[in-house]
Amino acid sequence: MRYIALFILAFIFWLLLTFNIDISNIIVGIVASLITAFVFGKYFIKDVIPFLQPQRYFWLIIYLFIFTWECIKANFYVAYLVLHPAMPIKPGIVKVKMGLKTNIAKTMLANSITMTPGTITVDIINDEIYVHWIYVSSEDPEEYSQKISGRFEKYIKKIFE
Amino acid sequence: MEIIGFIFICIGILFNFFGCIGLTRLPDVYNRLQSATKCVTLGTCSILIGVFFHFGFTEAGIKAIIAIPLLFFSATVAAHALVKGAYIFGVKLGDKSVKDDYKDVTKS
Repeated sequence: MRYIALFILAFIFWLLLTFNIDISNIIVGIVASLITAFVFGKYFIKDVIPFLQPQRYFWLIIYLFIFTWECIKANFYVAYLVLHPAMPIKPGIVKVKMGLKTNIAKTMLANSITMTPGTITVDIINDEIYVHWIYVSSEDPEEYSQKISGRFEKYIKKIFE
Repeated sequence: MEIIGFIFICIGILFNFFGCIGLTRLPDVYNRLQSATKCVTLGTCSILIGVFFHFGFTEAGIKAIIAIPLLFFSATVAAHALVKGAYIFGVKLGDKSVKDDYKDVTKS
């Protein structure tokens, strides 16, 4: 099942990337997608069925908007830190707990954290993410967990679990 | 449409510039990666969106939009790999650092 899903995804990607519908181009695309699906299929998501439910895509679109907004806001903040003459940074590595179970959800949360400026995921061990943070604003684990991952976690739970 | 495209491209170049300033000003590897990966990724995404507005739904415009998720995933994974690699290799955190929870995990 997941081999078929990966094949379809790779083929759509090929069509968008080459952007013409000659018969020769389509044949090359099918061969390339088949090879991709056979080689990398075992690394793909195990359970494909939940990703056919439409409400997940609805949440995905809302999440994209929230993520873009957070990203822009935090980007201006990092630009401010960089341009400030005294550079008021307080970097450190903090441990953040998360309540996600599946691998794909964990990966997406780690990617989201890395993409919002000011935080980089260093490692994931079981239920804990280690995050390098450019400005450690509080010492309380509850508070910074909320600040770093809380705003994304509930959406990712709805989309990927 | 062309004007919107140019505005996006200008914002992108500005953020790339901030990212480069951060790369030279910030103190250690980890902080430099912060600005190098993020300001630069957002800046480049913004340039690509500007290219899409400039060309519309033609070949170049669609390709610019497809490049955004590719750039996004490769940049995040590369940043993560570089940070973890630097830590395991033994690069110290900078003098200004206030907290290091990861130390206990790597020792044991």
